[in-house]
Amino acid sequence: MASSNAPSNVLSQLWRNKESRGVIIQIFTMVIVFGLLAVIARNVVINLEAVGKEFSFDFLFWPAGYDIGFSPFIEYTNKSTHFMSGVVGLLNTLLIAFWGCILATILGFVIGIMRLSSNWLVSRVSYVFVEFVRNVPVLIHILAIYAIVVTILPSTKQAISLGGDLFFLSNRGFYIPAPIFESGAGWVGIVLLISIGLVIAFKRRAKRIQDNTGRIYPVFWISLAILTVLPSLALVAMDTPISWDIPALKGFNFQGGMAVKPEFIALWLGLSYYTAAFIAEIVRAGILAVSHGQTEAAHALGVRPNRTLQLIIIPQALRIIVPPLCSQYLNLTKNSSLAIAIGYMDITATLGGISLMQTGKEMETMLIVMGIYLIISLLISSFMNWFNSRIKLTER
Amino acid sequence: MTKSFNPQSYEPGTHPDLPPPAITTGLIGWIKTNLFSSPLNTALTLISLWFLWQILPSSIHWLFTGAVWSAVDRKECWAMMDAPRDGACWAFIRGSLELFLYGWYPEPERWRVNLTFILFGAAVFGALRENIPGKKYWLMFAAVFPFLAAWLLFGGFGLEPVPTGKLGGILLTLVVAVTGISFSLPLGIALALGRRSRLPVLRAICVIFIEFIRGVPLITLLFVASTMLTYFLPPGSSFDLLMRVLIMVTLFAAAYIAEVVRGGLQGLSSGQYEAADALGLTYWQSHRLIILPQALKISIPGIVNTFIGSYKDSVLVLIIGMMDILGLGRARLNDPDWLGLAPELYIFISLFFFVSCFAMARYSLSLEKKLETGHQS
Repeated sequence: MASSNAPSNVLSQLWRNKESRGVIIQIFTMVIVFGLLAVIARNVVINLEAVGKEFSFDFLFWPAGYDIGFSPFIEYTNKSTHFMSGVVGLLNTLLIAFWGCILATILGFVIGIMRLSSNWLVSRVSYVFVEFVRNVPVLIHILAIYAIVVTILPSTKQAISLGGDLFFLSNRGFYIPAPIFESGAGWVGIVLLISIGLVIAFKRRAKRIQDNTGRIYPVFWISLAILTVLPSLALVAMDTPISWDIPALKGFNFQGGMAVKPEFIALWLGLSYYTAAFIAEIVRAGILAVSHGQTEAAHALGVRPNRTLQLIIIPQALRIIVPPLCSQYLNLTKNSSLAIAIGYMDITATLGGISLMQTGKEMETMLIVMGIYLIISLLISSFMNWFNSRIKLTER
Repeated sequence: MTKSFNPQSYEPGTHPDLPPPAITTGLIGWIKTNLFSSPLNTALTLISLWFLWQILPSSIHWLFTGAVWSAVDRKECWAMMDAPRDGACWAFIRGSLELFLYGWYPEPERWRVNLTFILFGAAVFGALRENIPGKKYWLMFAAVFPFLAAWLLFGGFGLEPVPTGKLGGILLTLVVAVTGISFSLPLGIALALGRRSRLPVLRAICVIFIEFIRGVPLITLLFVASTMLTYFLPPGSSFDLLMRVLIMVTLFAAAYIAEVVRGGLQGLSSGQYEAADALGLTYWQSHRLIILPQALKISIPGIVNTFIGSYKDSVLVLIIGMMDILGLGRARLNDPDWLGLAPELYIFISLFFFVSCFAMARYSLSLEKKLETGHQS
């Protein structure tokens, strides 16, 4: 009897002990998870064999055979490879994410501050805007703007002209003047970079002087002067190597200038104001979270109101605002994959859409697309962590 | 009159209380303090008024007074207006309402959909309403409801089976959203507990899963569901597209819920864990009785936000070709009778989402207020 009882006793003892029970549970989980993965891998191999496909990334170097209407950075024709179409898609994703984040931040801060306005009408209007925008799916916003641009704006022949025939709005897109760089423009660019460097150096110096002596320089105005005067001097010196190519109606379409496609406009505006509604709430919460005592203390010390905002309120509010702001940027980037609904060629639409359909490489294309989004997410969140640790409250 | 303003004519303490100056009270005072308190505020008010004046009258005319409510097609609609597109053609929405509601659900079986809607209302009411008799049974009913609804909608076990492809419109939107919401909560809580577990393997698995799902857009997961998932399954077995989509939506929402709940768990002071341990409670006892009730309470706003998000995300199924309310509406726009009525359609759908999401957000706010016990963490 005793011998038959012994193993179960050992088992129950192992189960009662916290450490060994942990080990048992973990081994058990690992067996289940790896078993599941093995079954999936086996199924994938069998299924792929059954339909006569093999798992390889060779297709990336096959000619893609489809056109991409919007490729502002690199040359792309339908003879290019799938790899190139993926690159074009990635660049388009980054382009929309970049401009979207900028517009969303500006709009979000403006609306968030309007929400806090002591003016009842202003704060109500922004409240209604925020509540309406963020309670409607972003896809509907994008589709609605796209429908407005395409169906309600006039055709190119009757395009709405803005700013004295410099800008044109039509259902084929938004036409803006494009800069033409002639020889010598590079020098202007170099001077611009140098003046940016000067501004940064000057800011550091001004901060050091202020820390040491308390003297405050008018940093903003001096920076503005450096940034405008030096490059314009360079412009004059190089005999204005930059000119503007202004769009003009020739026949049925516009010639010259730069065309911002309706797909880009719809996606950009839709993503931006949808995200701006969330950013506005973040900004509002961040500013409200800085206790009023801080303002009062600053005033008691004799700090002027705009300096109070600049030196006391904003730095403290930013500490609260930045982490959720970064996750909104991340959301915007991920939401940019909705481009596929209106035909803007981002990475999901090129590699994950058309390339997938044409090559039948579901596994490979989806792995690449998901991997790219994961990398972008990781980059943004590691930036967030770095920034967080930089501005973290150092308690003494 | 002048005499009463002369301070000398009163003994100290006998001055009668004067009413506050008219300019600081009532409507005028309110307007003065809230709209015209400074030159900047006056300018802002005037700009806002001008802006509203530009938008509101024409919107009201387009939406209501100039709108047409019944017609057979858009030509008839526009014939009734002063000029085409001078008002909204709500006849389009009215005429398509049944399609938008039921999709292609077979006509004689629609009572099942109606019954599901009624039961859904009852489940929501029972789960959310405090202080109703038999709260326990209401909650049990709400937990059983998803399965009951699945039986009612898809048939089997005595009911006529209905293929999932027949679902569409608001019905499909609600099916996707309610499934995502109701199954992601338990899964999300489990993931959050796993992520905070002291067992490294369990923790690693949960972290990888959560971060992977949160790092990719829902669309790519839906593409996986529609194109790739069949490769993962045993050869020969086929899996309904709706089912695959529901699984993906649930997993997606669960990862976000997990992070919200983890925030709640971290917000709890360690004293609570230590007190539970000191009472000799086991892991499950302490979590069920002490940790989770408090952690979930802190996480309610985040959980509801995630629910709203996953409800809004349910429209993405249109990208893989499923006909939810948005997909069906867009398909309807190609109907020659109603060509080009996009504004009406998008306003209707926006309103549908706005009403439901706003209601959820308000409910969350009121719940937050009610559960506020005054002491934090």
